Amino acid sequence: MADTTREPILEVRNLVKHFPLTQGIVFRRQVGAVRAVDDISFTLYPGETLGIVGESGCGKSTVAKLLMNLERATAGEIFYKGEDISKLSGRALKAVRRNIQMVFQDPYTSLNPRMTVGDIIGEPFDIHPEAAPKGDKQARVRELLDVVGLNPEYINRYPHQFSGGQRQRIGIARGLALNPEIIICDEPVSALDVSVQAQVINLMEKLQDEFGLSYLFIAHDLSIVRHISDRVGVMYLGKMVEIGSDAAIYDHPTHPYTQALLSAVPLPDPDAREGRERIILTGDVPSPANPPSGCRFRTRCWKAQDRCAEELPLLAVPQRYADADTAVAHDSACHFAEEKPQVTHA
Amino acid sequence: MPDQNLTGTRSTAPVAEVAQAEAGPPPGKPRSLWSDAWSDLRRKPSFLIAAAMILVLIVIAAFPGLFTSASPRDADLSGAFLRSPELTKFFSPEWFGYDSQGRSVYARVIYGTRASIVIGVSVTVIVLFVGSLVGMIAGYFGGWVDAVVSRIVDTFMGIPFLLGAMVILVSFDVRGKLVITLALAVLGWTTIARVMRGSVISVKQADYVQAARSLGAGTWRILLRHVLPNAMAPVIVVAMVALGGYISAEATLSYLGIGLADPAMSWGSDINTGKDQIRVALHVLIFPSIMLSGTILAFLMMGDAVRDALDPKLR
Ligand SMILES: Nc1ncnc2c1ncn2[C@@H]1O[C@H](COP(=O)(O)OP(=O)(O)OP(=O)(O)O)[C@@H](O)[C@H]1O
Ligand code: SF4
Ligand SMILES: [Mg+2]
Repeated sequence: MADTTREPILEVRNLVKHFPLTQGIVFRRQVGAVRAVDDISFTLYPGETLGIVGESGCGKSTVAKLLMNLERATAGEIFYKGEDISKLSGRALKAVRRNIQMVFQDPYTSLNPRMTVGDIIGEPFDIHPEAAPKGDKQARVRELLDVVGLNPEYINRYPHQFSGGQRQRIGIARGLALNPEIIICDEPVSALDVSVQAQVINLMEKLQDEFGLSYLFIAHDLSIVRHISDRVGVMYLGKMVEIGSDAAIYDHPTHPYTQALLSAVPLPDPDAREGRERIILTGDVPSPANPPSGCRFRTRCWKAQDRCAEELPLLAVPQRYADADTAVAHDSACHFAEEKPQVTHA
Repeated sequence: MPDQNLTGTRSTAPVAEVAQAEAGPPPGKPRSLWSDAWSDLRRKPSFLIAAAMILVLIVIAAFPGLFTSASPRDADLSGAFLRSPELTKFFSPEWFGYDSQGRSVYARVIYGTRASIVIGVSVTVIVLFVGSLVGMIAGYFGGWVDAVVSRIVDTFMGIPFLLGAMVILVSFDVRGKLVITLALAVLGWTTIARVMRGSVISVKQADYVQAARSLGAGTWRILLRHVLPNAMAPVIVVAMVALGGYISAEATLSYLGIGLADPAMSWGSDINTGKDQIRVALHVLIFPSIMLSGTILAFLMMGDAVRDALDPKLR
């Protein structure tokens, strides 16, 4: 379980990523920018799982890539144990990479089809000889296969000989090889069959307990992260709109967008379904190259007022709940943040 | 590249079976995409025929003396000028008849093979190396490097291949195999560069390249271990087809008299000699033409078969 009294292991401050839109081939001119991630802050504590949820295109993968230094941040800082890693390069960056690893969304494209499983899982040791096992590298690879629940004898096989779930296990084994502290999981199960999703999530939970890992777990709907997350952040169009504990987000959401997402989550209990109100969002998600002024959600929000177009709501504990001592007192970026019990329970 | 199992047999366990049981069946032989392609190819008649033809051509090019005792340069002193072929006398100097200078057409066809194969293969090797390197750099690094390379490639692509080769060759007094090879390579590398660039651009976005980067892999490791092996297939197919084209280009240039010329031997220049006696002695023209077309066809067939075998959409 997360220990939020300790120092955060990862702290993201005002992270921004704009992809320039250019015209011209030889002489490029910038004609605008896709504001994929626009001023996002959050923290990750040791041993905790932070879920990040949002619709397609809201910038989740971009956040993951920024944390992995696969993309350079336009602005903002990423502190790993107090050190800003967003501007590192060369050897210093390589050293940090050992501690932060990633599991990719699509198990069909995240493994090199021309390499054997042994070479794929063993590659981290070739890149970081200082982290390689002293003795037999093969033995360590077999051990990793065993840890993720695969037959160690598969070491000489190629990725296309495995199912999606097995491939994702291979990807996880590669991520574990260097004994990282943080694993960024970018929709690790959304490409898998529902029956296999649970197996892979269970495996990830088991590994978290075993190795004390911290997860940043990205998903596009709230039901998948519910099971695994200690805290959840909800993103919309490059912004974090609400973030809080499990109980805060699932039982006391105060942001209209979270409420809409939650109202769409299927409930197993038919009685609970009875009294629940389903909020259907109308309209399309605006383009991140040209986001609405003020609150980005205002074009689809049923509570929107003039103020929403003029003033950007900040991510903070809403005034009205400032003194509450339940989970309802959590950060929500809405001028009119308020609970809406009809969406959670009857 | 892990191709130790190129000759291995296809594992009997189908993928679907592996998928059901997470515990999995007993481990089979390792298989790569190349070995899958190979087991496809081995059953393809067009590939087998093309491969056999190419093999024979290579042996002829390397050891022409094994196939004929006659000299391709010396006239038969018994006065054999333009004598007709004797088609039942297999492998004898008379087999394909004699040309206007009394030389055995069969011997000339055999000895002419080397020029075609050597030039075709050398141009392909150079073009593969230069084109792949340039295409890979442009595709992987993008930005201004790509912009500059792409403009150069476009410029070269605008030059008609044969016309360009003629212009280059005319400026040389002596035109040996080396000069012709270089002329064709200078004009040919852009095709490979363009294919490689496109292939690299699609491969570099793959998650496994991102995964390698996130592990801290250096540029060279990423290019050689991840990008190149996965970007190679379309380039190899194009190169095989192009090889046929280079052989045809050499023959055309030699036919036009700006390629290889006496005393060097080439099917193209022999076809040129033959065209003057086309009414009296068709055989002087026909046999080198058949050899030339057969050779080009063999490489085209090979390229086609390999393309089908490597095409992931078909598997
Ligand atoms: N390299 C890039 N260049 C330009 N725009 C980009 C680039 N990468 C992402 N974007 C844009 O940034 C926005 C956020 O993309 P991102 O991939 O982070 O979304 P996501 O939340 O992961 O979506 P999904 O659920 O579909 O994976 C999108 O509008 C996307 O088009
Ligand atoms: S700030 Fe206004 S538009 Fe934005 S979510 Fe709140 S009510 Fe809706
Ligand atoms: Mg994504």
